[in-house]
Amino acid sequence: MARMTGAQMVLEGLQREGVEVIFGYPGGVVLPLYDTLPQYPGIRHILVRHEQGAAHMADGYARASGRMGVCLGTSGPGATNLVTGICTAWMDSVPVFALTGNVSRTLLGKDGFQEADITGITHSITKHNYLVMRPEEIPLTIREAAHICRTGRPGPVLVDIPKDVFQESAEFDWPEQVHLRGYRPTYEGHAGMIRRAAELIDQARRPIIIAGHGVIWSDAQDELVALAEKAEIPVITTFLGIGAFPEAHRLSYGWLGMHGMFYANMAADNADLVIGVGMRFDDRAMGRFKDFNPGVKIIHIDIDPAEIGKNFPTAVPIVGSAKNVLPRLTEHVREAKHTEWLQWIDQVREEHPSLHIRESRRMLPQYVVRTLYEETEGNATIVTGVGQHQMWAGQHYFYKRPRQLISSGGLGTMGFELPGAIGAQVALPDAEVWAICGDGGFQMTMQELAVVVDENLPLKIAIFNNGYLGMVRQWQQLFYDRNFVAVAMTQPDFCKIADAYGIRAIRVETKAEVAPAIREARAHKGPILIDFMIDQEENVWPMVPAGAALSETIEAPAEELAR
Amino acid sequence: MNPSLNGHHPRKRANYHTVVAIVEDKPGVLMRVASLFRRRGFNIESLTVGHSEMPGLSRMTIVVDGDSAPVEQVEKQLYKLIDVIKVSDLSQEDIVARELAMIKVRCNNVNRHELLDIANVFRADVVDIATNSIILQVVGDEDKIDGLIKMCEPYGIRELSRTGRIAMVRGTKTTTVHEPEPERIARIHQTQGRRVEGDLPFSSD
Ligand SMILES: Cc1cc2nc3c(=O)[nH]c(=O)nc-3n(C[C@H](O)[C@H](O)[C@H](O)COP(=O)(O)OP(=O)(O)OC[C@H]3O[C@@H](n4cnc5c(N)ncnc54)[C@H](O)[C@@H]3O)c2cc1C
Ligand SMILES: Cc1ncc(C[n+]2csc(CCOP(=O)(O)OP(=O)(O)O)c2C)c(N)n1
Ligand SMILES: [Mg+2]
Repeated sequence: MARMTGAQMVLEGLQREGVEVIFGYPGGVVLPLYDTLPQYPGIRHILVRHEQGAAHMADGYARASGRMGVCLGTSGPGATNLVTGICTAWMDSVPVFALTGNVSRTLLGKDGFQEADITGITHSITKHNYLVMRPEEIPLTIREAAHICRTGRPGPVLVDIPKDVFQESAEFDWPEQVHLRGYRPTYEGHAGMIRRAAELIDQARRPIIIAGHGVIWSDAQDELVALAEKAEIPVITTFLGIGAFPEAHRLSYGWLGMHGMFYANMAADNADLVIGVGMRFDDRAMGRFKDFNPGVKIIHIDIDPAEIGKNFPTAVPIVGSAKNVLPRLTEHVREAKHTEWLQWIDQVREEHPSLHIRESRRMLPQYVVRTLYEETEGNATIVTGVGQHQMWAGQHYFYKRPRQLISSGGLGTMGFELPGAIGAQVALPDAEVWAICGDGGFQMTMQELAVVVDENLPLKIAIFNNGYLGMVRQWQQLFYDRNFVAVAMTQPDFCKIADAYGIRAIRVETKAEVAPAIREARAHKGPILIDFMIDQEENVWPMVPAGAALSETIEAPAEELAR
Repeated sequence: MNPSLNGHHPRKRANYHTVVAIVEDKPGVLMRVASLFRRRGFNIESLTVGHSEMPGLSRMTIVVDGDSAPVEQVEKQLYKLIDVIKVSDLSQEDIVARELAMIKVRCNNVNRHELLDIANVFRADVVDIATNSIILQVVGDEDKIDGLIKMCEPYGIRELSRTGRIAMVRGTKTTTVHEPEPERIARIHQTQGRRVEGDLPFSSD
């Protein structure tokens, strides 16, 4: 054991937990920590331009790599600026470790300068959080927090440390093991339940698998493919489950939900058995709960017991990780063919293709995404903001692998696109990462362009510039009688903004320029921004209107197709 | 609850569940539990917390309105809190459930005796007596306490304080946790989150 300052213990602990990157921003109370950073050259600190960016970067880093992402902020405003990012990670079960400084212990609770009760503020958006009052508690606290963050159902944790605790010294006593009586995730899956599930699957005539984000966290794509193939079960995913199952597979039928594929929604709604794996039956995925596929039986495989039975009654609950449960289920199910059922879905798909892009002289956003798909041969990692462009990116790019689409689903956080993509690019320095940005969302966090430059990241940034908060405009058009309020935006010249940061930029105004611009961006070694002046009034289809059931999915109206 | 005096008793109990949670005795645990109930919309009828037979662990007895949420969800959500170690729904068990109440009742020389008789019937103790009031202390299940309150009402209840329910399963069955922590870890867990005693240097940053 060695004597260390609190600051050293934090960095030593993080290093032992395998942390290589911290996205952070300094301030008074974390100065002792920054002062110590040079002693830990194995930890790379990336200076963000706003703490929200730090949290999203840690999040993007975690989603792209499966590893824990770390962000750091000072007390008060630094800590509260992290909140949106922490909540984003919370809703989508992303292992983000947030570290904050707080005022010295004498001032805690006295409304000290820049004091914020960040543990209180984040109780409901972290798996757990800690206020550390003694340096000797730091090693165990870092170890426990990291353990909680990335095991079981992953999720954010926060560790708050008063300034003088960073400064005080104590013995560094690193616990080899974590011992938490109140935290024992179940990975195995109950043998009896697995057998019952297999029986239900064997009896089903129209089974369907709905695969979610949990399959990705569990790294269980191969295991999922094996089950689907053995029992010939069609697979659809949730939006966050995109990539959990290869979309080119013959059993893949896209994703379901509010903007999912028509045939995926119909398949889910007409199945006699739904096998939900690592997904939480979210309202955007399932439509109006009460009218979802009456009579369907549900098998739910999830690592979090509280997700089972939360929104739908479950015939067979299986608490465990997808990675462990799926192979055992595959062992128990009989080989089967569901020819008629697959033909039924194929027929619906033929009649309602959903992903057909109409011929048009306009620069349709769907066309831009599809061209990007073709040019990158489906290999790029795509990070999106929130809104129409997000949905098009989910629909018109076809994903092969887990972690290939990174997007804020549960919280739907605009502004995620650029910092999320930066985090992904830091995690995957050699990968081709594209940030697909809304012109609205981009402006929420565009200051992080400076990080792209500082860190010399080869990030490709595509702005889907429709001059609107497009998704909101779509809702006003459809549900508020075209009463367009507060959705049109005067945009700055994004190319000039890129230029001001020293980032190359291209503006694309016609359809013919789309492919060449993408090629130019790919050929360029460094970062590049493309401002796609897409058609302004295109809407996202299909759509399950707010409050409707999946069976009420509507497709693009004829007059829109004629545009 | 309805603050008017006759608001205490028409309590609906049909779907009340008694849930016992064994939790780490750490600062903030009560807030985590309370905030969970608030956020998920689970209605708490009463919540009582105190030490248990296990050092470092507290026992919470929560009476939750099962109409506001399936009790199974309440239990599962409680388990998600890291500081919650064991949750037991005692609703299907044979239990002893008790609550304590203190009732300050208006009285005078003329009717004091009547009140004392009533107290006697309910086996309530007189814990304070003054010229114009009397404090009765009663222990029992909610029905008994409600009954006494009802009897006191005509005299005028000046103040009422109830503890909320605590409960225990009859017989040998317990909700104890048999899991000591390694000493090194227990030592840290005991102080985690607690304020440091004594003088600390002042520093403004
Ligand atoms: C504009 C907009 C439109 C949207 N439209 C749609 C839509 O049309 N369709 C759609 O589906 N979504 C849509 N969403 C996203 C939606 O809000 C939810 O985020 C999404 O449906 C959640 O997907 P999920 O349940 O797979 O993932 P999560 O919410 O991340 O849940 C993951 C689940 O996996 C479990 N899990 C974690 N690890 C494991 C493991 N190792 N083993 C087993 N289980 C595990 C977790 O406990 C959790 O239950 C939209 C979002 C926005 C912003
Ligand atoms: C931080 C935040 N504020 C508001 C919203 C509500 N909202 C959802 S989509 C959207 C419009 C997004 O506009 P833009 O980024 O331009 O994307 P587009 O829909 O035009 O593709 C808004 C305002 C949100 N999701 N996040
Ligand atoms: Mg827009």
